[in-house]
Amino acid sequence: MLKITDLVKRYGDGDPVLKNLDLTIEGESVVSIIGSSGAGKSTLLRCINRLVEPTSGTIELNGTELTRLRGRELRAARRKIGMVFQSFNLVDRLTVMENVQSGRLGYISTWAAVMRRYPKKDIRRAYELMERVGIAHYADKRADQLSGGERQRVGVVRALMQDPEILLADEPTASLDPKTSEQIMGLLRDLAGELKLPVLINIHNVTEAKAYTDRIVGMRYGRIIFDDTPENLDQDAMDRIYSGSPHADRSGDMKEAS
Amino acid sequence: MSGNPSSVPDTWRKPPFIANPFIRWTVYLGVIGYIVWVGASLPINWQRVAEGIGRAQRIFGGAFPPNFERSQLLIDGFLESLKIALLATAGGVALSIPIAFMAARNIAPLPIYYLGRAIIIIARSFHPVIVAIIFVKAVGFGPFAGVLTLIVYSIGFVAKMLAERIEEIDFGQVEAMRAAGAPYLSTLFYAIFPQIMPRQIGLSIYQLDSNLRASAVVGIVGAGGIGATLANAFGRYDYDFALAITMVIVGVILISEGISGVIRKRIG
Amino acid sequence: MNSISNQFGREDWSRYTPKQRMQRYAAFAFCALALGWALGSIDVIWVWVWDAPEQMGDLLGRMYPPDPTNLGDILRVLLETVNIATFATGFGVLVSLPVAYLAAQNTTPNRATLWLGRLILVTSRSVNTIIWALLFVAIFGPGVVAGILAIMFRSIGFIGKLLGEAIEEIDKRPVEALEATGASRFKVIVYAIIPQVMPTFWAVAILRWDINLRESTVLGLVGAGGIGIILQGAIDTFNWPEAATVLLAILALVVLGEVVSAFLRRRIL
Repeated sequence: MLKITDLVKRYGDGDPVLKNLDLTIEGESVVSIIGSSGAGKSTLLRCINRLVEPTSGTIELNGTELTRLRGRELRAARRKIGMVFQSFNLVDRLTVMENVQSGRLGYISTWAAVMRRYPKKDIRRAYELMERVGIAHYADKRADQLSGGERQRVGVVRALMQDPEILLADEPTASLDPKTSEQIMGLLRDLAGELKLPVLINIHNVTEAKAYTDRIVGMRYGRIIFDDTPENLDQDAMDRIYSGSPHADRSGDMKEAS
Repeated sequence: MSGNPSSVPDTWRKPPFIANPFIRWTVYLGVIGYIVWVGASLPINWQRVAEGIGRAQRIFGGAFPPNFERSQLLIDGFLESLKIALLATAGGVALSIPIAFMAARNIAPLPIYYLGRAIIIIARSFHPVIVAIIFVKAVGFGPFAGVLTLIVYSIGFVAKMLAERIEEIDFGQVEAMRAAGAPYLSTLFYAIFPQIMPRQIGLSIYQLDSNLRASAVVGIVGAGGIGATLANAFGRYDYDFALAITMVIVGVILISEGISGVIRKRIG
Repeated sequence: MNSISNQFGREDWSRYTPKQRMQRYAAFAFCALALGWALGSIDVIWVWVWDAPEQMGDLLGRMYPPDPTNLGDILRVLLETVNIATFATGFGVLVSLPVAYLAAQNTTPNRATLWLGRLILVTSRSVNTIIWALLFVAIFGPGVVAGILAIMFRSIGFIGKLLGEAIEEIDKRPVEALEATGASRFKVIVYAIIPQVMPTFWAVAILRWDINLRESTVLGLVGAGGIGIILQGAIDTFNWPEAATVLLAILALVVLGEVVSAFLRRRIL
């Protein structure tokens, strides 16, 4: 269970990006966070695994308080939080297998990491997951030789190799074409079911959010103003989430799309 | 690999850098063999090296604190280095322009092209110190040998870069001039020079900076400037003065690098 | 023509505004003054200058034909020169790795280490190989050890600076991704930073090896081993035909070095 209480993030002296935010995710639900650019979606996700340092508040994952952790304890906690990125963030010049195994870096010895002597069970697990998402035949290819959709599958497998207790996805489909993007969303939903894993997805595309997730959280200016099932996301709620933002025109597109 | 999940492989090796195993092992063994052979064959007197530790202490002990008392000697040496660098840059850059045109494939006829390339290769291949000892023998000790040396050194770099720039120029402009009935020299001045001038100025400033560095070392073999002062100090075991000179050289090089960087940024 | 110039109302045109023109004149004047000062005060005997072409011609005449009697010795020492350059490049590369790590803003542990790294780079780069060689010959006596150390010390700054810049320019997103997996600092370096700087690393190492071949030919002139010793000997004894052979051998070595480094660059990158 992920429990965020009274979370504040402020850069410098400016207006806080996250304002006293509370959010609880239980069980193995797939939750999407929608909102216009600058609403604080990405900051929220990055506060959870501390890529961004929260200013105040608490984040609790399965009983561990994350915001006070340092050094080794922080790394141990991060192992349990998988993350998928908008631009995949693969190491282009390494092979797909090395990229996938880099999800295990928090577990294996430094020597094994440097020499690429991965444990047998990790290799088997990697092949199983790669098989599952359809990229096993690319194991020896360099990551930059793959297409966008394939690269994002590598990113997903890397996150799953961590054996995570929660999966965060920061705009996982924003760099992909519509068809590939649907495939990745479907994959995330199915994997969440198969691995009994809660998934938290930042997403711009409201149609996909409605189609692939169990619960939608709407953010506006650092606050959660909508939190319900996709069926209850009506036109009125959409207007509240996207209105008055600097990107009002974008919300227009979204309405047409939905 | 196969679609059957029960036969999932549990071993993986990073694909080797050289795919062919025969070539791979030949390269590995070759490298190891080379290291062993060189390690064994280099004429190294280990006893003499071991004595060096004590000597190093004496030298560094003698070098601190650096001695700036003979600052007049230092300043004179430096001004001479600066003069050498200035004259060599002017001469080298001026000579580089015709040589670069000779060595540009798109302008020069083939025999002249080869001649131009040969001049550049020879100028580039010899370290300025080697050029300097030859000039010192030919024209005697002193800054004139230094100027000649650095002219050769400048040609090696400036003419090469300039020739490459000329080979990249946009020939549409040359054709436009010719079509307008412009004579050869006008074509040169209006269609080619404007395209290479910015590069040429940047190169000249860069070369002045390089020449100033190099002028500090050609003096060691007798071609004038601060290098001569430094070599003398070393020869007379005046390590404190040598350290002072070295510190000044480093300081001046840093300043000149900074200035040349700023100028090139503003021009480019 | 007339109609057009009437239309625009002006017939004069100049490329630069008056201010730009003044700046250009000032720059020209400054250059001319500097050259004038240098020419007027440099300590040369002008008679020798006018005599120089004749002297050079005379010297070249005495070099011809090159004397190949000692060619075997020359080639043997030439190989030693290559070995000095190669070994020094190898050691220099190894030492420059941690220095580059310290001198790159995004990897250095703290400000003190950043300045330490930069100090090492600046010292190494600003002191010429020959000056390093003078120092090491004074310490370790004449020989290849001084030569290897001199070239190595000069290479550290060159390689370290370029490598440090490459580290500062890497794509930071994979680094962030691996930090998010809970990997330690060292593993992040091995998996996200090193693969990204490998191409620069090889390019810089090959480039420096090529430069070091040239530098190692002059070490002998200050007693630090290599072909320079034979050259110095030939010149000191006025054995110009042999000096010519040595010079040709150096020319061949440097050209060959360029061919080899171009080949390696193509194969590795």
